[in-house]
Amino acid sequence: MIIHLSPPHQHGGDSIQASMLSVIFALLPASLCAVWLFGWLAVWQILTCIGVCMLSEWVAMRMMKRVSRLHDGSAALTGLLLALILPAATPWWMSIMGAVFAIILGKQVYGGLGYNPFNPALSARVILLISFPLAMTSWLIPAQAMPAGVDLYDISTTLALFFGGPEAMGQTLDAITMASPLGYVKDDARQGISVALSLQTHGYSYLDAFIGKETGSMGETSALALLIGGIILISRNTIRWHIPVSYLLTVAVLAAIFNTIDGDRFAPPLFHLLAGGLMLCAFFMATDPVSSPMGVKGHVVFGVGCGVLTWVIRTWGGYPEGAMFAVLLMNCAVPFIDHYFRPRVYGHQRKTP
Amino acid sequence: MLALITATLSLGGLALVAGIILAIATRVFHVEGNPIADQVENLLPQTQCGQCGYPGCKPYATAVANDSVAINHCVPGGERTMLAIAELMGVEPKTVEEDATEPMLAFIREDECIGCTLCIKACPVDAIIGAPKHYHTVIADHCTGCNLCLEPCPVDCIDMLIKPELLEHWSWPLPNTERAQQGRERRDQHV
Amino acid sequence: MFDWLQFFRPTPPFSGGVLLDMHKITDASPIADCPLPEVLIHPLKQHIGASCELLVSVGDHVFRGQKIGKSKGYVSAPVHAGTSGKVVRIEDHIVPHPSGLGMPCIFIEADGLDQSIEAKNSITDWINHAPSLLREQVRLAGITGLGGAGFPTYIKLLKDQRHPIHTVVLNGIECEPWLTHDHRLMIEHSDAIVEGLAILLHLVGSPRGVIAIEDNKPIAILAMQQAIDAYTSNAKNQAAIIMVVQSLPTRYPQGSEKQLIQAITGQEVPAGKLPMHTGVLCQNIASTEAIYRAIVQGKPLTERVITVSGDALPIPANLRVRLGTPMRFVFSHCGLRQWDGIQIVHGGPMMGERLKNAEAPVVKSTTGLLAMARNTLMAEHQGEEPCIRCGHCSEVCPIHLVPNMLADFTRQEQFDKAESYQLFDCIECGCCSHVCPSHIPLVHYFRYGKGQLAQIRKEKSFAEASRQRSEQRNSRIVQEKAAKAARRSRVRQQAKKILPPETKDDQP
Repeated sequence: MIIHLSPPHQHGGDSIQASMLSVIFALLPASLCAVWLFGWLAVWQILTCIGVCMLSEWVAMRMMKRVSRLHDGSAALTGLLLALILPAATPWWMSIMGAVFAIILGKQVYGGLGYNPFNPALSARVILLISFPLAMTSWLIPAQAMPAGVDLYDISTTLALFFGGPEAMGQTLDAITMASPLGYVKDDARQGISVALSLQTHGYSYLDAFIGKETGSMGETSALALLIGGIILISRNTIRWHIPVSYLLTVAVLAAIFNTIDGDRFAPPLFHLLAGGLMLCAFFMATDPVSSPMGVKGHVVFGVGCGVLTWVIRTWGGYPEGAMFAVLLMNCAVPFIDHYFRPRVYGHQRKTP
Repeated sequence: MLALITATLSLGGLALVAGIILAIATRVFHVEGNPIADQVENLLPQTQCGQCGYPGCKPYATAVANDSVAINHCVPGGERTMLAIAELMGVEPKTVEEDATEPMLAFIREDECIGCTLCIKACPVDAIIGAPKHYHTVIADHCTGCNLCLEPCPVDCIDMLIKPELLEHWSWPLPNTERAQQGRERRDQHV
Repeated sequence: MFDWLQFFRPTPPFSGGVLLDMHKITDASPIADCPLPEVLIHPLKQHIGASCELLVSVGDHVFRGQKIGKSKGYVSAPVHAGTSGKVVRIEDHIVPHPSGLGMPCIFIEADGLDQSIEAKNSITDWINHAPSLLREQVRLAGITGLGGAGFPTYIKLLKDQRHPIHTVVLNGIECEPWLTHDHRLMIEHSDAIVEGLAILLHLVGSPRGVIAIEDNKPIAILAMQQAIDAYTSNAKNQAAIIMVVQSLPTRYPQGSEKQLIQAITGQEVPAGKLPMHTGVLCQNIASTEAIYRAIVQGKPLTERVITVSGDALPIPANLRVRLGTPMRFVFSHCGLRQWDGIQIVHGGPMMGERLKNAEAPVVKSTTGLLAMARNTLMAEHQGEEPCIRCGHCSEVCPIHLVPNMLADFTRQEQFDKAESYQLFDCIECGCCSHVCPSHIPLVHYFRYGKGQLAQIRKEKSFAEASRQRSEQRNSRIVQEKAAKAARRSRVRQQAKKILPPETKDDQP
């Protein structure tokens, strides 16, 4: 049989593997920060999630009788991302469930790589949040501020904490966890306490939040580390700058407007930018190529949509953090965005709908 | 009691408004539809070969449109035509019993032609020209390959040839990749 | 690497495109003559349009430049003998076409004398001749677009009142990697090209000529500038025309006609329209030189300059090759002895075609011949992975299509949808396939889709024509029957009048 091959005959050398590895590389600062804050516990969480994700991917591919695609690194990346958006105190079985959800329900049921409408790690995280609301909102106190007797830099302590939970250490969950800034601001607002007062009573510092000394999910505490990762991604041309910039800018602008109107009820823009999972979602979740739109126009629409939803959910929603829901909701809109925000084709006056 | 009345009235009012909007919309966006038979006929390959058991494409289309016959009788149209009709008529696809042959072309061996004009009368698309007692010939561009001229020829001087593959008519095949071929296989299984 | 300075630069001449490894290793090799082979093979169709009509038969003796194939129809170009000799065979032979199919070719056995037919039509004072006459000369010389597309050149040289040409653009971009033939032509034959441009300006009545050159060819820019200066300073050429050299940033596909026009005039060629509708005429450098030769020297197109190169070729070169020379002969001349594991590419690596073997001849649209080691070329499309929707394909698309969606539509055979996403606007430049991290053969899918759509249309129009003929036949039969019946009843009426009593039993 004659095989016909069309041009071009030269390839630029880009590959799926390279872009996945590039994202993993860009997540290194955030991962290191997680290890710094939560010690060995972060290591166990990351290893568990990556391992289980890759295993589920392999099993799923075997069951569907397809060629294994472990080498492209997408399963490993999903695992790492999932670990970084989990609270450090998540029990081991919950992490494993999350990892299995991410690969099986988040990705393989839709047809595998390239077909998932939602970001797999985010959808797993939301499934866990809805199933186990308490565990998913209990934020471990960072190693530096931990009460005596719990040393997160100690291997055996962290193993006991990971597999046995706080009870195995003779502690209660409340003793080793604390509320996140978004959480206490929201709770205080319900009781009529102003944002400024709430921040003051909890000893909030913008610098700490920027460096990452606040609590939160493992990888989302340090805005600095995530910013470095984001700049790595943009400068390596793995992602485009339009989604993160429009996303962050929208949140900042909305927060600024409402903060000026009523500073007691609405938090200032800088607080929003540094808090919760916004930075991580903006640079690593919203830019996931599979579940985000294409083209500059689509990117901007998507970013603005994410920003509006994030701020709205944070301000008026039931949950303190809205970034994850915002990105997932906008993921639903991607086919529409792709269809209606196509670029104008050369030589055509207006694009045809 | 008041609640009941308000509910009934408001829902009724909504229904009325929606109904009016729909009524206007059907008027404004009214599409002048072809009768089904014409639409079916547009899908047929128009070889006029009669292999479906009808004297031509139009009678078969009328028969299909009136639901009296199966949609899988068009041999030259093959699977593609059958699928198109199935989609138009909203019926289940059926397997095509006979495989369509490659596109054929009638060719008259002129040395043997006696000029009887019987093939000219038989040709459903006027693709054969010639006068009585003179050689006849097939206009290759017009021939649909229907075989109807073979039967009447008293001296059997007509051949059916496979249309030659010309460079001008060549078009690119589907890429030879697993994914491209996979898609095709799945679609075939679906059918 | 992300270009952080992009925010501070002026907007690029066209959006999209890619930067390629240029591999222009023959940049500095002067144009050499390729020796004559024993047999020249002339395909009867080397252009877009209708095939030529044979003018010779086996055994005829022909001279170089003698017309052996007559153009048939408007979009067509004649074929001329490449050397003097005897027509030995006229049969199907493989031509440089991706299908690997053959077409009728004329084989001329060279007699070694290489006698040319007398050049009687040389017009040195072309400025005093009517454009229509010069245009006819270009048509008779068999010149087609020598940049690869092969559209008959004379058609574009029409002086049309409705679409006056305000700018003639000479395309010296040569954005394909490896190829350097236009570059060498601009350096070595700059005077001929400038005079060719002047002829073009005279032909279409345009006041302004622009020679567009990519900024990676500074020597060519300099050479063309000097040639223009020399030409315009000549006292007898003081016509009211302006000729300039415009240097454009290096970016593939800058040399594509539509992108070039956008870069030079800032205008887009409207969909479904021709460049002349925007008042621009684009001509290839090599075609311009051929026009000069056809008019000033009266020589028809029998040879062209090509780049013979590739990473598996021992002696890469720019060669002036007689049309019809078998490729195997050209490669042997360039020192290729080891043919195992070598893939021949006809044209450049971005838009050229892979050929199955080297038996095909050099034709008018041959811009280059590359002998590439198979392992350095893009893998044989087997490695297609799922699309991860990274969007790089639509970023580099110079006409803003969404290639991955188009590929999905064609893979699923939703051709009408692909068409509504403007599949037919694709120029097949190959940028999308080049950058695709999933190695999807996007251009291949587009060609498949276009081919299928064309086929469907052809079948539709054939079916429609058949239906009409069938209906006409049916109505004719009905009419004939009616006429016959009418005639019969008339005859009976008359018979009744003549013989009323006897015909009673005939009546129904």
